[in-house]
Amino acid sequence: MEYSEELVRELKRKAIQVRANILEMIPPGKVGHLGGSTSIADVMAALYFHTMRINKNNPKDPGRDRLIMSKGHAVLVQYACLAELGYFDRSELGKVKTFAGILQGHPDMDKTPGIEAVTGSLGQGLSVSLGVALGLRLDKSDSRVYAILGDGELAEGQIWEAAMAAAVYKASNLTAVIDWNGVQATSTTAEIFPIANLVEKWRAFGWNVIEIDGHDMIQVLLALDAAKAYTQGPTAILAHTIKGKCFPFAEGKAKYHNAAMNEEEYTIAWQCIENMKREVEA
Amino acid sequence: MRTSDSLRKTYGETLVELGEKNTDIVMLEADLGNSTMSSLFGNVYPERYFQMGIAEQNMASVAAGLSLTGKIPFINSFAVFASGRAYDQIRSSITIANLNVKICGSSAGLSDFGDGKTHQSIDDIALMQVLPHMTVLSPCDAVETEQMVKAMVETKGPMYIRINRNDLPVVTDPNSEYHIGKMTRVVEGSDVVVFATGIMVQQSMQAAKLLLEEGISVRVVNVSTIKPLDTEALLGFCEGVKAVVTAEEHSIIGGLGSTVAGALSKTRLPLDLIGVDDRYGTSAENYTILLKHYGLESEDVASRIRAILTV
Repeated sequence: MEYSEELVRELKRKAIQVRANILEMIPPGKVGHLGGSTSIADVMAALYFHTMRINKNNPKDPGRDRLIMSKGHAVLVQYACLAELGYFDRSELGKVKTFAGILQGHPDMDKTPGIEAVTGSLGQGLSVSLGVALGLRLDKSDSRVYAILGDGELAEGQIWEAAMAAAVYKASNLTAVIDWNGVQATSTTAEIFPIANLVEKWRAFGWNVIEIDGHDMIQVLLALDAAKAYTQGPTAILAHTIKGKCFPFAEGKAKYHNAAMNEEEYTIAWQCIENMKREVEA
Repeated sequence: MRTSDSLRKTYGETLVELGEKNTDIVMLEADLGNSTMSSLFGNVYPERYFQMGIAEQNMASVAAGLSLTGKIPFINSFAVFASGRAYDQIRSSITIANLNVKICGSSAGLSDFGDGKTHQSIDDIALMQVLPHMTVLSPCDAVETEQMVKAMVETKGPMYIRINRNDLPVVTDPNSEYHIGKMTRVVEGSDVVVFATGIMVQQSMQAAKLLLEEGISVRVVNVSTIKPLDTEALLGFCEGVKAVVTAEEHSIIGGLGSTVAGALSKTRLPLDLIGVDDRYGTSAENYTILLKHYGLESEDVASRIRAILTV
């Protein structure tokens, strides 16, 4: 598969805008999950602005592909995509996690157009995604389901129950993307709860496994298309990422798992956005 | 359609019957299908029967996903596992989102007498009724089970049904109209009212018979929908009586009794809660031994009624 320079450049632009929208949601002093939202931003941009079949005019279009944030705390990145696509007014971004807003602290399908399920209690989103995939198959639909998982989340036993079940049912319409950023809420996964042989584990559980650099847009597109083409069972895309990606003060740091930036950091963050915009047009 | 007095067989047969026309019905099982009787559905509609292995948490969340595509999933296990093992999955994946998932807690209460305390559910009503959006159903016999399962399919929203493992005598009228949320008077009386659920309906009816010979008139009401509780009907059935008794095969903490107590708090009527005290089950060679041990036989109900009337 080859991708035009223009497509790749456009998706990079979108990824920058997604990160900008994330910044807009959490101005200085407002706590938010910056780290895990920005680590998966490139994959999310590829999914929402290229790979997935969506209908922004009808969020409940039966023929749509579904994306479920199993790592629900990183929902800021999903809000950033949905706002960009016009699922709701951009003014909602400033009201995230407020009583008046429609953007809850964790994904809520009843409050927010474009959100497909209720997630936030970690470990459940892959199972829910499998259920949707099985339902779509009963309906003979060719829609696909994408589950976004955190690497820290993989400590939840239910993930592996779902992994086994998806293999048993050969759910080839299900793709899991693991945001392998190596940092969880309080420290690195290596320190908190190291899970050895992750690639081999997913393979042993019966999945088609693709390992990529989750910030390389071409690798992301190739992996998503390979998952689509694979018909023997579910695909796991293990995406090596950097927590807090693009914002140097936050990169690789557990501190920014869920934190507020100060004024100085916020200014730097916007400078990073401007720099990236210049680079992508160069 | 019902071929026996078995609640669980009736549950399975009714879903087979409904599944013919309603192709949205799907069943999920965690390797107890021959006990829950979900296997009956699997035999007829294998493509709509999902064997999920011994993994109840995944089963509950997968059911949530299936309902998101318009299916009507029934998940099946023993009541202890269906409600307790997958509690957070029911809470987060199913009830917060108000999804149309039906949960069958089979072998409920003490009815799995041989398997002992790990397999006997004295806390499932408490766990399920505290969840917003959840409906909690507790049939007293096979006739009511059939009516209830039909209503579950027709009514949207998350629901929990607790089903006794053992055959029970039919005490409800097959020609009666059934609605979720409706409580039904099964014995008329005027001195005391017993609000009973599940197997305790027939125990209370027998107690009423015993007491009638002593000149005590007992009204028995079958509360087969524990949530939402019809408070208006509840207060109506309390009119004219001297005391109120509740009877359930469940802990008296968090079950029918404590909910009724809350609803009646302003009536100042004397109230007694019959159920399992704050303790777990135990193995026995038959069901009757357990009902006796936990004070759930008709004689126990009768003596508690005598006692509350002499206060």
